Amino acid sequence: MGGGKIVAGCLAPHPPHLVYAENPPQNEPVAEGGWEQLRWGYERLRESLADIEYDAIVLLSPHWQTYVGTHFLGLPNFKSLSVDPVFPNLFRYHYDLSIDVDLAKAIHDEAQASGMPVKMMENPDFRVDYGTITTGHLFNPEWDKPLVVLSSNRSTAYYSVEVMQEMMIELGKATRRAIEASGKRVVVLASNSLSHRHFTTESELPEDMSKEHITSHAMHLWDMRMIKYMRDGEAQRILDEMPEFTEQAIAESDGGGLSWLLSTLDVPDYPAILHGYGTIIGTGNAIVEWPCHKHEEENS
Amino acid sequence: MSEGEIVASFVVPVHPHTVLAPEQNPGWSRLRAAMDEAANTIKELEADLLIIYSTTWPSIIGHQLQADPNPEWVMVDHDFHDLGSIHYSFNIDAQFAHAWNQANHERGLQSRCVNYKGFPIDVGSVVALTLLNPDNIIPAVIVSSNVYANRSETTVMAKACLDVVKSTGRKAVAITAMSLSNRMFTEFIEAGDDRIHSLKDDEWNRKILEFLSEGRLEDVGQLSRTIQQQIRVRKVVAFKPMWWLSAMNGNRNDLTGQVLAYEAIHGAGGAVVHLDPTPSGQGDKEYDEDDVEYFHGERGVLDTAETNENGEDIVEAMESKSSGPELWEPTKAEGSVNTESAPKPVGAYPHARRVGDMLFLSGVGPRQPGTNAIPGGPIHDKEGEPMDYDIKAQTHAVVENVRRIVEEAGASMEQIVDVTTFLVDMKRDFAGYNEVWAETLGLVGPTRTTLAIDALPTPIAVEMKVILHLGQ
Ligand SMILES: [Fe+2]
Repeated sequence: MGGGKIVAGCLAPHPPHLVYAENPPQNEPVAEGGWEQLRWGYERLRESLADIEYDAIVLLSPHWQTYVGTHFLGLPNFKSLSVDPVFPNLFRYHYDLSIDVDLAKAIHDEAQASGMPVKMMENPDFRVDYGTITTGHLFNPEWDKPLVVLSSNRSTAYYSVEVMQEMMIELGKATRRAIEASGKRVVVLASNSLSHRHFTTESELPEDMSKEHITSHAMHLWDMRMIKYMRDGEAQRILDEMPEFTEQAIAESDGGGLSWLLSTLDVPDYPAILHGYGTIIGTGNAIVEWPCHKHEEENS
Repeated sequence: MSEGEIVASFVVPVHPHTVLAPEQNPGWSRLRAAMDEAANTIKELEADLLIIYSTTWPSIIGHQLQADPNPEWVMVDHDFHDLGSIHYSFNIDAQFAHAWNQANHERGLQSRCVNYKGFPIDVGSVVALTLLNPDNIIPAVIVSSNVYANRSETTVMAKACLDVVKSTGRKAVAITAMSLSNRMFTEFIEAGDDRIHSLKDDEWNRKILEFLSEGRLEDVGQLSRTIQQQIRVRKVVAFKPMWWLSAMNGNRNDLTGQVLAYEAIHGAGGAVVHLDPTPSGQGDKEYDEDDVEYFHGERGVLDTAETNENGEDIVEAMESKSSGPELWEPTKAEGSVNTESAPKPVGAYPHARRVGDMLFLSGVGPRQPGTNAIPGGPIHDKEGEPMDYDIKAQTHAVVENVRRIVEEAGASMEQIVDVTTFLVDMKRDFAGYNEVWAETLGLVGPTRTTLAIDALPTPIAVEMKVILHLGQ
């Protein structure tokens, strides 16, 4: 086969607060809104991609944490209740999602051929992590596209950001090769926040926006620096500064999602579109799209 | 009803192998046999409550307590999903959980109960309860491990738990679900090839187990930070379970310990250890950290590796430095006595002044020199919100500061002849202050006057004005 391609790559964070605030029928708790800036950002992202045809969403969530290799959801369907163990008051979501097992297996095989430890997850009782569900819902509330879900290997904790990044760059390249060989059109999502220092208390009403702000000025500066690189088409600088960023901003990029995403996009040198930025319980979150399809059209 | 107590403590491993695949590896089956033995011991002790501190249940907003009376679901491990699923249906003491939550709040902690159908109980708790409580007869309670918590927060949380154990007359078993070294192989291995990841990890594990087998739990608690640096992958910011377990046992070093098994689980150190509260006669108590009763303030997550020479969190020390009125260098005049080892004045005056054979001290409070921290805690926060504090700890600190100034002057405590004490809350604090007085200055015998006043310039509850007659 061949002719497959990545039509867009996005940074698509997953704080469960965003799903909570929206009150979809799948989620049990009820909110009075909140975090609109970010939810409007997701709306703009969806609109931006509304006319783009694609077959599958490939997603890496830092809340499926594996210490032994990278794992892939490997059954056609997962249906259950996802309760966030940290914010169970906000997120109890009844999910029913389908997996593009062929594409998952193709990426798995490609990564394996490159020497990476990988495994298909084929236990039907497995509960899909809340990061995957949240990003999946916010990106595509209709759930009408199959997903490929990769676990987050905790190599940052084991070794260092540098080693994590080397592994994620390899995994990103394998992902890209497998997608191209599949003949499918794919959107790639990294599901993570930027700076990731939480408040250690929660307000009486979690959606009380008068309490929401970044935890510190330093976190804000780091977030803005990363966003500037994204908007300026300087993805390489993000990779270069990833160790400092991840450590100093306690960034959720420690899970490897952002490095992997930039690698699947071949480290883009064209500007990304910032659809929104906001804080959630003090953490910094950006919704960002690299419009590969447009970039290709302009260059063909 | 007699007072409740901890009748036993256990350290147990977290990974699902002992439940799902003990037959695949002789080490795993030995761990399993040890878990079964522990279950028997618990039954024989007629324990009526299992308290689990699980390192595989992280939380962010304080600590979480499981309060669903009957949580039921199917647990599949994120890594070892191919070993199978564990169906669970547990017997949780929701009433105890709520009482513990209340006790946490009374001690200044963030804490909440969770009671949601489908809540994903973590692998460590599932393994522990499945094997230690096989017929589900003994009610249990599970607490999370807060990712930002430091030692004082973890200790206070244990003390809150003990408050409830004691007041409800329970015979409780304290359990930590944890690995020793937690470094796993990062590749897939055959079950038969399992071993501890590295020699260094193995050596540290054996040292920890040597301490535990001698009942030296508090020593392991104090080594926690070193252990975290040496053999722990930084999944979390500190190696906390030993802090909790030590506090649950009164920070003792003379328990009776027994290692029931020690084996590798995919490279990590898995052990089953029984700690019996019966004094073993060995192991001095060497508790050298602040014995905190009440939790104050922000967690120092950003400074996990950074402590100053005194072992204090730098951030905490800086924070307390920056609160309260401006500090002054002590002034100099004829006969003045000033010392670096006493807290800086809050105005232009010396620590003490000598006139003839008399020595007059300026009012002395409990603030610590250097850090400006207040032992026993400040009486209100930066916004002026009242906080709980320990008057006895404050009074002790005042006496200690008095001693430092007196010694700087070349005098001795026995020469103190008159003391005026100022309390901001006579009703609340007189008894505690009086107790400490009796043990300290009361033994010296100065005259004393105690006054209630409206406020002191820093958030402290007690200050003393001291006069000495130096004589010959
Ligand atoms: Fe997250």
